[in-house]
Amino acid sequence: MAETVPRPVLELDGLTVRFRLRRGDLTAVDGVSFAIERGQTFGLVGESGSGKSVTAKAIMRLIPDPPGEIPSGRVLFEGSNILDKSDAEMRALRGRRIAMVFQEPMSALNPVFTVCDQISDALRTNLGLSKAEARERVVELLSLVGIPSPQKRLDSYVHEFSGGMRQRVMLAMALSCNPGFLIADEPTTALDVTIQATILELITSMIERLGMSLLFITHNLGVVAHACDRVGVMYASHIVELGDKREIFANPQHPYTVGLLNSIPRLDGHAKYLTPIAGSVCNMMEPPSGCKFHPRCAHAMEVCRREIPRLKEIAPGHLAACHLHDRGTA
Amino acid sequence: MTDAAATLLSVKGLTKHFTLHGDIYSKLAGEKTQVLKAVDGIDFHIRRGETLGLVGESGCGKSTTARLVTRLIEPTAGEVTLKGEDLLAFSRGRMKEARKEVQLVFQDPYSSLNPRKTIMHILSRPMEIHGLAHSWAEKRERVLELLQRVGLGVEHIDRYPHEFSGGQRQRIAIARALSVDPELVIGDEPVSALDVSIQAQILNLFRELQKEFGLTYLFIAHDLSVIRHISDRVAVMYVGKIVETGPAAALFDKPLHPYTKALLAAVPEADPAKPAPRLTLQGEVSTPIDPPPGCRLCGRCPRESAVCAEIEPPLVDVGDGRQVACHNL
Ligand SMILES: Nc1ncnc2c1ncn2[C@@H]1O[C@H](COP(=O)(O)OP(=O)(O)OP(=O)(O)O)[C@@H](O)[C@H]1O
Ligand SMILES: Nc1ncnc2c1ncn2[C@@H]1O[C@H](COP(=O)(O)OP(=O)(O)OP(=O)(O)O)[C@@H](O)[C@H]1O
Ligand code: SF4
Ligand code: SF4
Ligand SMILES: [Mg+2]
Ligand SMILES: [Mg+2]
Repeated sequence: MAETVPRPVLELDGLTVRFRLRRGDLTAVDGVSFAIERGQTFGLVGESGSGKSVTAKAIMRLIPDPPGEIPSGRVLFEGSNILDKSDAEMRALRGRRIAMVFQEPMSALNPVFTVCDQISDALRTNLGLSKAEARERVVELLSLVGIPSPQKRLDSYVHEFSGGMRQRVMLAMALSCNPGFLIADEPTTALDVTIQATILELITSMIERLGMSLLFITHNLGVVAHACDRVGVMYASHIVELGDKREIFANPQHPYTVGLLNSIPRLDGHAKYLTPIAGSVCNMMEPPSGCKFHPRCAHAMEVCRREIPRLKEIAPGHLAACHLHDRGTA
Repeated sequence: MTDAAATLLSVKGLTKHFTLHGDIYSKLAGEKTQVLKAVDGIDFHIRRGETLGLVGESGCGKSTTARLVTRLIEPTAGEVTLKGEDLLAFSRGRMKEARKEVQLVFQDPYSSLNPRKTIMHILSRPMEIHGLAHSWAEKRERVLELLQRVGLGVEHIDRYPHEFSGGQRQRIAIARALSVDPELVIGDEPVSALDVSIQAQILNLFRELQKEFGLTYLFIAHDLSVIRHISDRVAVMYVGKIVETGPAAALFDKPLHPYTKALLAAVPEADPAKPAPRLTLQGEVSTPIDPPPGCRLCGRCPRESAVCAEIEPPLVDVGDGRQVACHNL
């Protein structure tokens, strides 16, 4: 901790993403700021629809425009703003230096190419490998992600792969060029726990070996507990809590985070009904005033309806956006 | 016969083999075509109002099983019995009915929702096909109710699938399955794209519907705490075979098969203070392509003995409603 402050690999500064839809505007990401240091794994968790994937796609500059736009904010990658880069500069960055595993494999894989062709494409354009070299490397990558008999599956099409195998093909593709920064959007949801453990080990070894940094989006809080360093929690387009993994699990400060942790089904218990967070999800087209969580929050106060709570540091490195922490102001 | 009446779905010797085209190199080398044994002779049954959880390694044949029992693909061999009738012999008319009775929620909602149709259309079309709602107002009302039940705001009704997050799309797929009042819902990872709070809400919804309407579920998931929570009984698959079945609580508290044990040891608990998950299986993942004789866990199993590589262990009763396929219990 006493070393010189390292410059983060990635820094989001007030990132805002809006979709202009027929029925009105939808702000999917609103003033999101966080930083990821080299070799660090940053876990992004939160409500379904809260803006995690949109944040990831904004970093990759893959927000469709129209209807999407980025009215404000900066995405600093190794110090320079990605949002200012030309398309050519972006192409040079993607795959080689920043790679992404998409949440839904079929949205990113091409059904008319074989598995080998899809993965070797990046290898050949980015690393200049020959066809035969690329093929060999693909076998290696597939076996690293736990595909049995990889040499026999090279010429399969993705529809001949299981859900979890497709996810692993995408992961192999993302890791193929040894990216310095990986964005993994739900990379293990379709995997059983033993293959998941294998994949997490593989990622950890790449972090150690190559100093890779990772933005890890997941709903699996068990994976967050073991694979991440820092954690950001999103609710309705905002980061509502940010902190060290241990702090977030042992000492959650935002009522949404507390509710999330209470919703986890336990492996040992057998409660008939689980305890989800009360109330219904936020209408993103017409979000509530003030704190967007207030209609569902058991602690909501008068001020919560009026004022949007800002992220405040509660303990060193631990931030939460909740009026319960406005000591002395209310 | 009382038991047969209570059984909603049963399969016997269900088998699906795929022939691989093989790469050009092996073709040039004159190798024979290879057979991928995705599902290789499995038996199970589900009683009315019961939930059977299906778990197993990625690629072990769970989705293939789901597609076989909904007749999206035809089996290589085996029997499927729905409500006492031979599903594989259904007439076209009876099959249409069965398509209402048995609903499948797919693993990847991205590819199962038509991108050019609004949510209203996607959710009301099945009602139309099966004559469950007639006027526009009636359909709209039912769709709004469905959206609320799966935790999606009613403001979404006129939007298109690509405008949704992954988890929102999954809830649309769940709503669509529930839209035709099915008897059996086969969920292929129906909740794995959801945050744990919405997941809890959907799992509670599944349970309420089961209580209210006696729904039956075949529930595929990788999250073992979800499986334990939702299932009455659990079947564990490994490379095309069922290796263990039994009541959920007993199976989780005292797993018997080495693969089930390995699965439970690898669950990451949502607590950084707890030990990291352990990988207890050694070696290469087992292959479904022309698998060698004997037990499929050979080469990875901590309890392996000489007999394992020679004789395939049959699934045998071990009491308390449990069955296990292993030579060395
Ligand atoms: N292309 C798009 N057009 C319009 N709205 C969109 C588009 N993509 C996303 N949205 C909206 O933006 C919001 C955030 O979506 P996002 O995909 O980031 O959610 P998420 O946090 O990744 O959720 P999940 O956990 O379910 O994947 C959602 O309300 C979604 O409906
Ligand atoms: N159309 C097909 N042609 C060839 N092989 C196929 C086809 N469909 C599935 N397979 C193979 O069958 C095996 C079982 O696939 P299946 O999708 O049933 O697995 P799964 O248990 O659902 O896995 P996951 O948990 O990863 O979704 C896999 O090896 C897969 O590659
Ligand atoms: S700001 Fe108010 S409503 Fe929002 S989480 Fe805190 S207490 Fe609850
Ligand atoms: S039969 Fe042998 S190899 Fe198979 S699970 Fe049992 S001990 Fe292991
Ligand atoms: Mg997402
Ligand atoms: Mg599957």
